Amino acid sequence: MDNKLLEVKNLHAGIDGKEILKGINLVIRPGEVHAIMGPNGSGKSTLSGVLAGDPKFTVTEGSATLHGCDLLSLSPEDRSHEGLFLSFQYPVEIPGVSMVNFMRAAVNAKRKYFNEPPLSASDFLKLMRQKRAIVELDNKLASRSVNEGFSGGEKKRNEIFQMAVLEPRLSILDETDSGLDIDALRIVAGGVNKLKTSDNATIVITHYQRLLDYIKPDFVHVLYKGRIVRTGGPELALELEEKGYDWIKQEIDG
Amino acid sequence: MGAINQYIDLFDANLDALNAGSAGALNAMRAAARQAVEGRQLPDRNTEGYEKTSIEDMYSPDFGVNVGRMRIPVDVAASFRCDIPNVSTLLAVVVNDSFHPAASLLKNLPSGVEVMSLAKAAKERPEIVDKYYGRLASLDDTAVALNTMLVQDGVFIHLNRGVKLARPLQVVNIFSSPSPLLAPRRVLLIADEDSEVELLLCDHTQDSERHYLSSQVIEVFAGRDSSVGIYDIEESSPLTSRDSHLYARQDKGSKLTVNGSTLMGGTTRNSYDIYLEGSGAETRLSGMAIGTGKMHTDNSSSVIHGAERCHSDQLFKYVLDDDATGAFEGSITVTPQGRFTEAYQSNRNILASTRARMHTKPQLLIYNDDVKCSHGATTGQLDQNALFYMRTRGIPLAEARTMLMQAFMVDVIDTVKLEGLRDRLRHLVEKRFIGERTLCSDCKTNHSPRCLTDE
Repeated sequence: MDNKLLEVKNLHAGIDGKEILKGINLVIRPGEVHAIMGPNGSGKSTLSGVLAGDPKFTVTEGSATLHGCDLLSLSPEDRSHEGLFLSFQYPVEIPGVSMVNFMRAAVNAKRKYFNEPPLSASDFLKLMRQKRAIVELDNKLASRSVNEGFSGGEKKRNEIFQMAVLEPRLSILDETDSGLDIDALRIVAGGVNKLKTSDNATIVITHYQRLLDYIKPDFVHVLYKGRIVRTGGPELALELEEKGYDWIKQEIDG
Repeated sequence: MGAINQYIDLFDANLDALNAGSAGALNAMRAAARQAVEGRQLPDRNTEGYEKTSIEDMYSPDFGVNVGRMRIPVDVAASFRCDIPNVSTLLAVVVNDSFHPAASLLKNLPSGVEVMSLAKAAKERPEIVDKYYGRLASLDDTAVALNTMLVQDGVFIHLNRGVKLARPLQVVNIFSSPSPLLAPRRVLLIADEDSEVELLLCDHTQDSERHYLSSQVIEVFAGRDSSVGIYDIEESSPLTSRDSHLYARQDKGSKLTVNGSTLMGGTTRNSYDIYLEGSGAETRLSGMAIGTGKMHTDNSSSVIHGAERCHSDQLFKYVLDDDATGAFEGSITVTPQGRFTEAYQSNRNILASTRARMHTKPQLLIYNDDVKCSHGATTGQLDQNALFYMRTRGIPLAEARTMLMQAFMVDVIDTVKLEGLRDRLRHLVEKRFIGERTLCSDCKTNHSPRCLTDE
């Protein structure tokens, strides 16, 4: 059982000289859903940023491999091509760049990476249509600038739409539930579930059990002070929902 | 100091030849211009308003002036033709400072529209040229006075009352000379009441090995309720300098759109003086500069609200890379007559390298209470969050940067009214950001003069 999709070993990373991740160990295998929970400031978003290659973080120690290749040596764009996807907690607005141009650039960059010719205009539009349906994203958004003027729900659905188009092997959903009402949450989670296969895997970063009612995790990890301090099954999330984080904090801090 | 002296000497020695190569009002104005420069110097960095661009330095190389009207063969001009997708323009070419209409231009001009050599117009249409020539261009500006001393030809455009020109006019300015040359260029555009015209000006250099200087004065008279669009695209060589002055006077209810794009060049100074003389007039003045290498672009604008209920909107954007530098100084003046003025000005800049520099100086002068005015300037870098977001979607860094820089210019491009022209500008900007050196791939190299006769 050594088909590891992601293997993170003793990962230390920080920003502006301040260490935030202090030795993360994590193994994710195809077909699995992992939830990472934890109190504010524990390093959840730093972990997703470091894995995706955000240049504002510096890795000081440790390693991360994606299906065997050294993730940390790759540029963010190559990490994407190799199958990593990050759904942003705050999707970035890009005025002046239309959704359709953005997606065409993304799709064709990946194809180029694998020595495939660019998609024809009609195949591209077909792909867009098909993938939009998964998260019920309005066609009208295609001509708009990326995320500009999108509602909170539209932004998150747009993230999952991009995930559907790029067909990643490992998706990290960073607080995808924040800013969503129940209906939007159902659509977004439904989209994620539709995209689940036995070959890909998902990391769900969340504060709340609520999202995990829709996206069922196989493992739940608790991140605290830059380390994974506890790992369990779905029942751990329920326990946290009920008891909060204090009991874990007490155990760790003594 | 004293760059002007070589031109004064040249003028004093060649006045007869200058007059012989020109006519009417152009010659009549020379003496006053000569007098205006007496004892004066061209502005340098110690002159207020020129802190970042020395006009003195632009004029100091040993440039020749084509005083004797030595003819450069027209087929040289024919090697440049800028296609605009889905738009057929009425074309004329200015080789250095000589006007050459395309045969199609003469054939296709509707009645009520005159487009011709300014020297010819000075002779044949003195009643109009005498009335308008040099009326806006101020001889107090030494560089403008110098232009007025030396100019022999230019472009004359006149639209009769109510005439709406459906096809845009295109004037391609080309430098082509075996030796360093100063070309005094001139455009006189008179749009009578209720007329409509769009003019595209394209600056090119044919020989990128030589130093050239374009001294350009454009005078625009926008008559009552007229609509005038002027789109100016510079794609000249790094050894070409440009000192351009656009003056416009707007009558009641007129609409003026000016868009200047500095895509390539050496040192460029564009100054815009727009006077809103009649009530309800509207001005949309915009510009962009894409600076690479050692390019220097300086835009200086003055919009004066001299009547009530006028509206002006200024937008200038720069993206500067490598060692490029930029300057912007813009002012809005609302006179006591300018009640209910709406005037806006915005200058936004991106520095794409750590060595690029931008200097900006927005100004508002308001002598009236009843106005809506704003101005703002920002200079920053590409949005790092947006770059990272794009990269996580697999878009390579270089491409992401290009997309963001292009996106940054979208609103400047959108001020161009004509759709085909907008597409063309978008295309040029895209290619510019990708870093293509030969910009005008659509400019067909065609060494027969066919282009000028067959369109």
